[in-house]
Formats: sequence, C-alpha cells, structure tokens
Amino acid sequence: METSIQKQNRLWLGLATILVPAINAVIHFQIFLFLRDAQLNPIWYAILAIIWGVGGVYTIYLSLNWVVEQYPVKWRQRVQPFIFIAPAIVLLAWLLLIPAIRTIVLSFMDAGSVDFVGFANYVAIFTDRLLFSALRNNLLWVVIGTLSCVSIGLVIAVLADRSSYEKLAKSIIFMPMAISMVASGVIWKFVYFYTPGNQQIGLLNAIVISLGGEPQAWTTLAQPWNNLFLIIILIWMQTGFAMVLLSAAIKGIPEEQLEAARVDGAGEIRIFFNIMIPYISGTILSVTTTIIVFTLKIFDVVMVMTGGQYDTDVVATQFYRQFFMYRNNGYGSTLAIVLLIAIIPVLIFNLRQFRKQGGGF
Amino acid sequence: MRRHKRKGSKWLVNGILGFICLIWLIPTLGLFISSVRTPSDILQSGWWTIFPHHAWKTADQVTLPKDTDLKQLIGVLGQNYTDDQLKTGVNISDGRRLIWENRRNRIVNVQKKEWTANLNFTLDNYKNVLGGKQYEITQPDGSRKTEKGSNLSRSFINTLTVSIPSTVIPILIASFAAYAFSWMRFPGRKTMFIIVVALLVVPLQVALIPVLKNFTALGLNGNYLGVWIAHTGFGLPLATYFLYSYISQLPRDLFESAFMDGASNFTIFTRLILPLSVPALASIGIFQFLWVWNDYLVALVFIGSQPNVQVLSMRIAEMVGSYGNDWHLLTAASFVSMLMPLAVFFALQKYFVRGLMGGSVKG
Repeated sequence: METSIQKQNRLWLGLATILVPAINAVIHFQIFLFLRDAQLNPIWYAILAIIWGVGGVYTIYLSLNWVVEQYPVKWRQRVQPFIFIAPAIVLLAWLLLIPAIRTIVLSFMDAGSVDFVGFANYVAIFTDRLLFSALRNNLLWVVIGTLSCVSIGLVIAVLADRSSYEKLAKSIIFMPMAISMVASGVIWKFVYFYTPGNQQIGLLNAIVISLGGEPQAWTTLAQPWNNLFLIIILIWMQTGFAMVLLSAAIKGIPEEQLEAARVDGAGEIRIFFNIMIPYISGTILSVTTTIIVFTLKIFDVVMVMTGGQYDTDVVATQFYRQFFMYRNNGYGSTLAIVLLIAIIPVLIFNLRQFRKQGGGF
Repeated sequence: MRRHKRKGSKWLVNGILGFICLIWLIPTLGLFISSVRTPSDILQSGWWTIFPHHAWKTADQVTLPKDTDLKQLIGVLGQNYTDDQLKTGVNISDGRRLIWENRRNRIVNVQKKEWTANLNFTLDNYKNVLGGKQYEITQPDGSRKTEKGSNLSRSFINTLTVSIPSTVIPILIASFAAYAFSWMRFPGRKTMFIIVVALLVVPLQVALIPVLKNFTALGLNGNYLGVWIAHTGFGLPLATYFLYSYISQLPRDLFESAFMDGASNFTIFTRLILPLSVPALASIGIFQFLWVWNDYLVALVFIGSQPNVQVLSMRIAEMVGSYGNDWHLLTAASFVSMLMPLAVFFALQKYFVRGLMGGSVKG
C-alpha cells in the first residue's frame, strides 16, 4: 500500500518536473510570437511588453521553485540553489563567457579566422603604428583620466562637506552621469566648436580670442593634445561618481579623531593627508578600480567626438574598426585580449582587498 | 577663536566650490540655451550672447558710389581707408568703427559699441523634434523652408519599452543569484562567483558578433526580447557583484529565525531579503537604467534602425549623421533625451547615495 503511494508520488513528481518547464516554454514562446507579429498601438504594445518581460521572469522562477519544493527535503536542498543561479549562469555563459573564450581563440588566427598564426597578431599590435597608438592613447586615458577623476572628486567631496550648499553642489557635479554619451557629444561640441576667424560659436575658442589668442581646432588638429581635450569630457562625466562614494566615506570618519588632531594644532591640510586619506584608502581603491575598468573600455566618447580619427583611437574603437570595418578578426580579437590582460592585475588586486574586508572569498 | 577662523574659511570654501560647480554646469547650460534659440542664431553667434554683453552694433550705414575702386584708397566719412581695413573693421573717432556690410553694393556699416543681449527665443525646435509634422524654419539667409519633423515621441516610448524590462529583469536574476551565492551551499560556488566577477572586465564588444549570429538564428534579432536578453547579460556581472556585497552583509540571525518558523528559501528571499535590500536594489537599478537608457551600441547592433523600434540615442546619433549642421534639432533632441534620466536621478538620489555606500564603502 505504502509503496504504491510512493510510486504515485514519484510519478507525479516526474510529471511535474517535465510538464512545468514545458508549459512555461510553450506559453512564453506563444506570447513572444504574438508580440512580435501583433500590430498594436505603440503605447499598448509597450505596456504589454513590459508586463510580460517583468512578470514572465518572476513566474518562471516561481513555477520552477514550486516544482522543487515538491521534492523530498534532501533533493530540494541540492537542486534549489541551481534554480536560483541557473538563469544568471546561463545568460552569462552565453553572452559573455563563451564569446570571451572564442575571442581568445580568434586572436591566434589570421584576419579571416582560417589559419593558425601563433603570436603574429600580438607582435603586429606592438609594432604597427596605428595599433600601437591606440594602446598608447588608452594608457593616457587610464592614467590621466583616472587620476583626475579621483583627485578632483576627492577635493570636491572635502569642499562640499564644509560648504553651506552641499546637496546642490553634489547634484550639479553628479548630473553629467545621467547624460548619454551621444548627448554629451553634442554638449561638448558647443564647447570645442571651431570655425576660422573671429566669430566663434564654440565657448573655448571665444574665450581664447577674448584673451587675445588664436582659435584652435581642439579635438582634431591640435595633436597630440586633442586626446587631452577628449579626456576632459570623461573627467566631466565620471568625477561625480568618485565624489559621491568618497564623500560618503569622508562622512564616516569619526569626528573625535578630527577634533583631536585639531586640538593638537594640526592644520587642515595636514589633517587631510595624515588622517582623512589613510582612513578612506579602501574607498579610494575601489573607486579607482571602477574608473580604471571604465576608462580601459572607453568607447563612446571617442566614437562620438572624433570617430577615432586624428590619432585619437583607443583600444575599443580600434577593435571596433578592425572587426566591423576592416573585417580583420585577428587584430580585433587580439586588441580585446590585450585589454583583458591589462585589467587582470587590477582585478586580482581588488579580489584580494575584497577577501581582506571579509567578503568570504 | 577657532569658530571665528572656520567662518572665514567657509567663505573661501563656498567660493571655490561655487566656481567648480559653475564650470561643471556651463556645458549643459550651453546646450539648454542653444536648444531654445533660432537655427540661424545658433550658427551665427555663441549661446552666451543671450547675456548682456558689449558688442558692435550698427548705428548708421553709408552707401558709397557704385563705381568706387576697391583697389585704391576708399573715402568714407571724409577719411581714406584700404579695402583690407574695411574688411576687418577699422576704428575711427569717438569709439565708432567702419566695416563692410555689403562689399559688392558698396555699403559700409558705421558701428558703435553698445550693451546688447540676443534675446530671440523659440520653442520651434522642440515642437519639431517632438511633433513629427511639417515645420517651417527660417534659414540663416532669411528664406523659409519646410522640413519634416523628427517625431521623437515614438522613440521615447520605444526607449521605455527597452529600458524598463532591461532594468528589472537583470536585477531580479542578479538578486536571486546573489542570494544563492551568499546564503546557500552548493558545489562550485566559489568558482562560479569568481567567474562572474572576472566577467566584469570583458568588454562587451567581444560579444557582439557571436551573440548577433545566435540571435539571428533564433529570430530574436530586431525585437525587444533580443535586446532585453542582451542588456540583461551585459548588466549581470556588475549587478550580481554589487548585490552580493550587500546581501552577504545582512545579519545571519534574520535567516535563522525565519528558518525556525519553517519558511522556505523562496519565501525568505521574496518576503525578507528583497524588502531589506531596497536601497541596494534602487541604486543598482538607477545605474542599470541610466546605462540602458543612454546605451547606443547594444541598441544599434541588436535592434537595428527600423523606425518603429528605434530608440532615442539612435535617433540622435542619426541626426548628427544625416543633418550634419542642423544644430537646432540636435540640441532640442539631446535635451529631450536627457529629461528622463535626470528625472529618475533626482527622484531617487537619496537611495542612490545610500545604496552605493552599503555596497562598496566599508571604511
């Protein structure tokens, strides 16, 4: 008698294990087909699509979890974690991990990805003038961009902490983070705009003329300084990010510590270097890492402002050009891998720091 | 005494900070002012000329005889000048200057320096980019031409359809994964987590071609599901890493008492963890939303440029390309595209700062 109930249970479990994912698949595929082919008013379409997209993911989790909860406890504990992480792992493997591995393989192949060429692409990257200048420019971005963002962000954070309009100032500095690269491109074209003659509509040239100078084509012909003018755009956008985090860290410094130093007669500048900086060094590290990773991958700023011409190429734009325009998969992939290798030390340093802070890994 | 000294330095601090803020604000201000100016004004004078400034203004005009020889000295108002002098403008008595108005018709302007402001504003640029009908605009030479509007409203809705699921789905998936990584035990946990963190540094350009091939094979290319999946995948590493560092710091007692009450992992997660993680979810949500809303590359590759699915950034980039110097449309369109992220940012700013602190500031 008991065995038949168990058998029935097992049958029921097996059925549920197969049926629930299948029903999920069928329903969502049908909705997908319906939405793809339907001719609806755009607003209705948007609402339906959003409800499906958001609700669909949740119901998939819910229904699969329901199946797992029917299992005996021992099995449930084994399977449930995989229900929780499977979607993330599958998507990451498909969209990032496999393409990354494939890129490593392609970097050892020729332009058409047919023959194995060993390290020839890597040699080319460090000898070809154009490819090498992309590496050099990218280094410029990382060093100047990151240093400026972090140090200016730190100065603003300290100033804002003592000013009488802290919130307003922080909002103003942070605002560029919310502006798209394309819009920022338009914004900065009004700063760098150049026409020959005395009538300028670009702000920078107007200032230069009013000071008695000659107008310049800042982002194009003023080589190699044009890279610097592009980096200024990055500083304008990213300083806010550094400032918000550093400001939060500064507020965490115990007031007694600062007060004690003041009583001992230390000046504000000594307090800044001897107390504040050591106290927030952890935050400075994580902010620096984030900005380094961001600047190593910098793409849009250059693409929108110069398209990588006038010797302003960085690795990501050169990669894009090699891959999509010259169809040279070998060079393109190798550039991406060089980028990856460049980030690894930063990553290891960070993981180690993460472990020190007790992250459990 | 100490207090007195600090008050003095407060002035200095406010001053320096105000100066920095001004520098940060000026580029955006320039865009905004340009977007409400007429097309001809944008091309002819800087946006700052709307503020009162000292500039040459024509006070009088002198018409010279038609047969004036430009190669010789030219007599104007009783003095002789060369053609070159009149081209660049030559100063004469009591602060006036002479400059050609029309060289062929031999008309010379007599100008005076005056305080002036260029207050010629218009909302036509916005009507044009939002409306999508025919619009008449005045060209620099004064003639009028009709132009087809750009109809950004449709792209605005499209961008919302792309952005909202592309923000919610990755954060939901990432929070499930972050919960599992922090509070569940299973084989391969460490390895998988390290791989997730390592994927933070993979530039997404490497994924474009292989994923595009898969999408084309699966029929996902050119519709919303495809772009949701792409944004989800590219946003997952940061979201998982960020939420892990928040959720793993929650106190252990919370879970133990809930387990004692017989709650399952799923219930604990949805009833306890998600509500507790609101600051972290909100801040990574804002990040992801800003990134998706402003994204150009992913949309370009996976949605393509059919007008009925096109997103805002793509429209604007297209305007840069196809209209070239139509600054009046570009400025208005750029400003429209900024409104949504700025609104989200200012509305959720409080969460943003708090959430970022919880996630990555440990002193």
